[in-house]
Amino acid sequence: MSNQLEMRTVYNETLIELAEADERIVLLEADLMRATGTKPFSERFPARTVNVGVAEANMVCIAAGFSTTGKIPFANSFATFASRRVFDQFFISANYARLNVKLVGSDPGITAALNGGTHMAFEDLGIMRTIPGLVVFEPSDPVSLRKLVQCTAEHQGCSYMRLHRGMANILYEQDEQFELGKGKLLRTGKDIALIATGVVMVNEALKAAEMLAKDGIFASVVDMHTIKPIDRELIVQLAETCSVIVSCENHQVINGLGSAIAEVLVETLPVPMARIGVKDMFGEVGSFDYLIDRFELTAAHIVSQSRQLLLRK
Amino acid sequence: MLSEQDLFLLKEKANQIRILTLEAIGYLGVGHVGGCMSLVEVLTLLYYRHMQVDPQDPRKRDRDQLVLSKGHAGPTLYSILADKGFFPGEWLHTLNKGGTRLPSHCDRNLTPGIDMTTGSLGQGLSAAIGIALGNRLDGINSTVYAIIGDGESNEGQVWEAAQAAAQFKLNHLIVFTDSNRLQLDGFMNEVMNIEDLVAKWHSFGWFTQRVDGHDFKQMDEAVILAKGQEAKPSMIILDTIKGKGVAFAENQPANHNMKLDYATAQQVISMLQSGIGEEHE
Repeated sequence: MSNQLEMRTVYNETLIELAEADERIVLLEADLMRATGTKPFSERFPARTVNVGVAEANMVCIAAGFSTTGKIPFANSFATFASRRVFDQFFISANYARLNVKLVGSDPGITAALNGGTHMAFEDLGIMRTIPGLVVFEPSDPVSLRKLVQCTAEHQGCSYMRLHRGMANILYEQDEQFELGKGKLLRTGKDIALIATGVVMVNEALKAAEMLAKDGIFASVVDMHTIKPIDRELIVQLAETCSVIVSCENHQVINGLGSAIAEVLVETLPVPMARIGVKDMFGEVGSFDYLIDRFELTAAHIVSQSRQLLLRK
Repeated sequence: MLSEQDLFLLKEKANQIRILTLEAIGYLGVGHVGGCMSLVEVLTLLYYRHMQVDPQDPRKRDRDQLVLSKGHAGPTLYSILADKGFFPGEWLHTLNKGGTRLPSHCDRNLTPGIDMTTGSLGQGLSAAIGIALGNRLDGINSTVYAIIGDGESNEGQVWEAAQAAAQFKLNHLIVFTDSNRLQLDGFMNEVMNIEDLVAKWHSFGWFTQRVDGHDFKQMDEAVILAKGQEAKPSMIILDTIKGKGVAFAENQPANHNMKLDYATAQQVISMLQSGIGEEHE
């Protein structure tokens, strides 16, 4: 399909563009360059590419040291290793030290598919959300990916980006502007608000909205690309206009997007809410199509949860 | 080479730093006496003989840098930084008090002259590699020093960093292991033995030396040899005495983090003050 692009290719191209304009940009890898798609960057900027081998902890602390010299390091790994394996390194050497490390975790949630449960990050957003001041985001399409990577390069401080590796629908016009911490209203409806994050769930939420519309239920759909800081204003506005909210994430319902939204609602305008996400389960191996159904993340699941939720309105 | 005069001045300075550090810990009543005392000589040698740093411009881009990976030895480094004028000496009496600029473990955002935040053991050597890589990209030839503990070397990440620094041929990286042979729970050969350190670092591709960590001449010569390396990072293993200079604490497993009340600290300080007189004669 011509309206799709491979996310890792867009990520790599964006990094090269940034690095051409700004010599502070450096790339750190832990032997996953072929997977994260940054080989072209390393060929274009060999001196600014550091591959540490299979040693993610070392990579994150090298990135921290690098940033003390004014460099802007992007450090890549799979979302599992970038979060679970190096939490203390990222917490202390990068964040507690108030440095400027851009950590990127690819293959989030069920997109790890055939790599299976060991490689399936359902908790990385939750892990990262507990780090004070960290910016945590997950782009939903190639355009927002490009723009948000530019935003995070300009941001002074650490960030964690969840990167969908494969193909993704283009959802935005090329000139759409993005801001970290400001969600995007993709579709406006008065009956229910579907707040989603990431490629998989924003697309499923859009499909669910179409399905609901056929039954005369009009849903707002939000691309909540930034999980922290969460867009409180937009959440409250949706609670006011729609009165019920469904969160949609390719992640545990514990401490991810749904939790972040619920925290805002209970302190501002409590409204009935449902959380679409993985329900306190470990990942497992399988095809994407198997897993999205197994963990109840499809548009059909969103529709069914939405109907139940509307009964509470 | 150190002249006799250099040597005399370094010894005198080390004694002064030891006293300042014990004062700071004594003022608080508790601290990492063991690891602070074992590092007095090496830190004195670095800051008064080898490192190019500017107290007026602590973040000067081409300065030499030190990552004190065993961050709990911060108080010794604070005494040196205060003595060199990075911040007022009175700060030393605020060690570990609420709101202090001198926390138990080094913090680059709180203390002028601290180059890297440390305290979670195993991470500092990796950070030092990052600093050395950043310097290389910017064409800066200054030296990045790091100090790790022998107990700290139980951490797997130390050996990840050992591979990387050799792979990247970081010849401007000079690392010391404070081999005081004690870790928090006891003697290393009883808890988790890390020897043979020379064989280990050598086999990882480092230019490796082992010297007496309280002997300025040996350490100075080792640093000069390390600086002459063209393709290898350097490891200098320092045989030290944990608690050095505090007679009742030397080599005691309980000295890692111990009580040291003000009166006791003053007694030790008096002994140290008289000790230097003897060395003159």
